[in-house]
Amino acid sequence: MADFQTVEVTTDLLILGGGMAACGAAVEASYWAKKNGLKVTLVDKAAMDRSGAVAMGLSAINQYVGLKDGENTLEDYVKYVRNDLMGITREDLVASIARHVDSTVHLFEKWGLPIWLDANGKYVHEGRWQLMINGESYKVIVAEAAKNALKELGGEIYERVFVVEPLMDGDRVAGAVGFSVRENKFYVFKAKAVLVAMGGAVHVFKPRSAGEGLGRAWYPPWNSGSSAYFTIRAGAEMTCQEVRFIPVRFKDAYGPVGAWFLLFKSRATNALGGNYMEERKDELQKWLPYGSVKPVPANLRNWLGMLDILEGKGPIYMRTEEAIQKLSEAVPDPKERKKKLRELESEAWEDFLDMTISQAILWAGTNVEPEVKPSEIAAAEPYFIGSHSGASGAWVSGMKDLAPPEYFWGYGHMATVKGMFCAGDASGASSHKFSSGSHAEGRIAAKEAIRFVVENKTQPNVDAAQVNALKERILRPLDLFQQFKGASSDPDINPNYMKPKMFMFRLQKIMDEYAGGVTAQFTTSKAMLERALELLGMLKEDAEKLAAEDLHELMRCWENIQRLWQAEAHARSILFREETRWPGYYFRSDCPKMDNQNWKVFVNCKWDPKADKWEMMKKPVISLIE
Amino acid sequence: MPSYVIPEKCDGCKALDKTACQHICPNDLMVLNKELMKAYNREPEMCWECYNCVKICPTQAIEVRGYADFVPMGASVTPMRSTEDIMWTIKFRNGQIKRFKFPIRKTPEGSAVPDGGWKTGIDDLASPNLFTEPESLGMSAVLQLKKK
Ligand SMILES: Cc1cc2nc3c(=O)[nH]c(=O)nc-3n(C[C@H](O)[C@H](O)[C@H](O)COP(=O)(O)OP(=O)(O)OC[C@H]3O[C@@H](n4cnc5c(N)ncnc54)[C@H](O)[C@@H]3O)c2cc1C
Ligand code: SF4
Ligand code: SF4
Repeated sequence: MADFQTVEVTTDLLILGGGMAACGAAVEASYWAKKNGLKVTLVDKAAMDRSGAVAMGLSAINQYVGLKDGENTLEDYVKYVRNDLMGITREDLVASIARHVDSTVHLFEKWGLPIWLDANGKYVHEGRWQLMINGESYKVIVAEAAKNALKELGGEIYERVFVVEPLMDGDRVAGAVGFSVRENKFYVFKAKAVLVAMGGAVHVFKPRSAGEGLGRAWYPPWNSGSSAYFTIRAGAEMTCQEVRFIPVRFKDAYGPVGAWFLLFKSRATNALGGNYMEERKDELQKWLPYGSVKPVPANLRNWLGMLDILEGKGPIYMRTEEAIQKLSEAVPDPKERKKKLRELESEAWEDFLDMTISQAILWAGTNVEPEVKPSEIAAAEPYFIGSHSGASGAWVSGMKDLAPPEYFWGYGHMATVKGMFCAGDASGASSHKFSSGSHAEGRIAAKEAIRFVVENKTQPNVDAAQVNALKERILRPLDLFQQFKGASSDPDINPNYMKPKMFMFRLQKIMDEYAGGVTAQFTTSKAMLERALELLGMLKEDAEKLAAEDLHELMRCWENIQRLWQAEAHARSILFREETRWPGYYFRSDCPKMDNQNWKVFVNCKWDPKADKWEMMKKPVISLIE
Repeated sequence: MPSYVIPEKCDGCKALDKTACQHICPNDLMVLNKELMKAYNREPEMCWECYNCVKICPTQAIEVRGYADFVPMGASVTPMRSTEDIMWTIKFRNGQIKRFKFPIRKTPEGSAVPDGGWKTGIDDLASPNLFTEPESLGMSAVLQLKKK
């Protein structure tokens, strides 16, 4: 076995990840841990200042309910999410997050995040739930508060440690193992409770750009399904694994469209100038009652645009020139109008520069001035991001005062594995939490995790044989490379092993072609999915033949194994759900309609670590409000 | 090529044990060639163009050349980040130049206090109040859902 020092860390609460949810968890846990004399440890594969989906910054806070000023009610938010997810949502979880999210946003403001204010000192809204920010340093600021909190407590932070597998003591989680990507160290974290917050997954499906632009997916290339893998491998029940997210964004660089649609009130039209949202109104009737709600669910909006493309009416354009003209015409005074135009121009560019700089490069590289000509928009590829408009994640308990008995098992936001808490993209069926709601959920889950530790004081048992087996398995790609590298003059092409990059391409090809990726026009069927699972099975066997030349490649090996498991959970769940509920995210050509009678349920799945078998199940959707 | 390093400008972070670009890249792409003492992006096709290496480099040695598989050549987008704001210079393919400046934070670096100055002290692990609540909510209590 490769010569790696084993480093053991024993703690009370272990936070996995350093993104929005983990930072919320760190801030909250530190307070309660101090009160109760406990230790908190956080592990991130990158540098917390710039890790996760908010690494580049953001231009908006997408969840703010406005409870204190009566702008909206808790029930309003729950209804909005329920409709956007075509009826399939855990209303108790959405409410749990929504009742705390404003408090998190108020903290962000105190920490120094510039939230736009109007002349009366009120937050400037992008849309009903969204606030405009100068968000270049959003993550830096949020991480700073988390680090300060841990410092005050005497907690520990491990950066550049890549977490792979859970440690188990029977049905209770006992910690996690991983390795440093900087030095030959294997980490064994032993904990009384573990909070999983390692984000969602990208590059499970083939991205549209496959050359230099391969990394320019909408979702950041460094989130590889670590949360899903970790929770599945612990034997946790998972939910909504079929609910992928496909954002429609400015084409190729994936610049955000939210500000254009919501703030600038822009339209999108096809190449003939037609507005698919108007022209295809009748199609919405097929998806009632969700087809008639306002705003139209994100997947249905996608769907109407996709129908235009299928009929040859593309490209679809965001009519930026029209929107800007309308907004400036509303200002009659010429001097004021000029000023307004300058403001709009600056706002439009900031929207990209704060969160998708590539889009600014693409506009500059194609000489686009938004006030002069429109820009193409398109559906990206499928991603797994349960915190955004997807919903995939672990099936977690609700809060005692919100959840019906069917959804409650002792501690809020705890998975079906004892002591394992989940937040942000790691927890499912509670979408539309975004950056702020993920932070809030991290806080809620952390407080519950501390309560768990206080009430379950014994340190779980960690079996040395379990640790050794994991170490051997996790480092195997390094050994395999050393053993066989002499068999070929090219380190990448070898009959005995495979490198992680080609492994990823094989996974992406299978998912793209059989499980409803871009080339399949997001369409699949029973037979296609069964073929996908057959090919994924062989890929899973070949995962044993992954080889790594160095620590960086070892990380790439494990990232792609994580992606593979996310892919399998996804394919199995789409196969199990015999209907089409989210056209625009995926279409089952053999079951083209929504079937509320049989399928207004959650599709949950669970992998049994002992038998190495998947179990698929239906769980009831319990509606709490009118 | 996404992010790339200009050799004349990179000083390898003066041989400190950790270079700034390597420290910050969320995808672990930037590495130092120890013989040349120059950094490079080892996997440009896995770069998100997040600009974190560009913003942090003390010698402005890192720039970004848009993904060649869909961005026509000739444009550049260059940041200058200070402790309070960021200034962007955008050069179009046709030579046009635009500049924008935006604030990045309202407090001094490092000063974020975890509780934000809100009142804490409802020290009940079983209550729905998070540590700064209810004050940070701006309300008198955490809300209940009005169930049907
Ligand atoms: C392009 C884009 C635009 C968005 N725009 C907005 C917006 O305008 N407004 C808004 O509110 N929200 C927006 N969101 C959503 C928001 O970014 C997410 O909801 C939020 O970041 C989710 O938080 P999280 O903690 O679950 O994941 P992340 O913030 O992604 O954090 C994941 C963390 O896990 C770490 N990690 C991953 N794998 C491992 C591993 N194996 N070992 C150790 N650590 C690991 C990562 O380094 C990171 O620290 C956007 C998202 C994207 C992708
Ligand atoms: S941060 Fe800049 S100077 Fe330092 S190693 Fe990287 S490129 Fe070179
Ligand atoms: S732009 Fe971002 S992803 Fe690319 S090398 Fe720099 S820090 Fe890494």
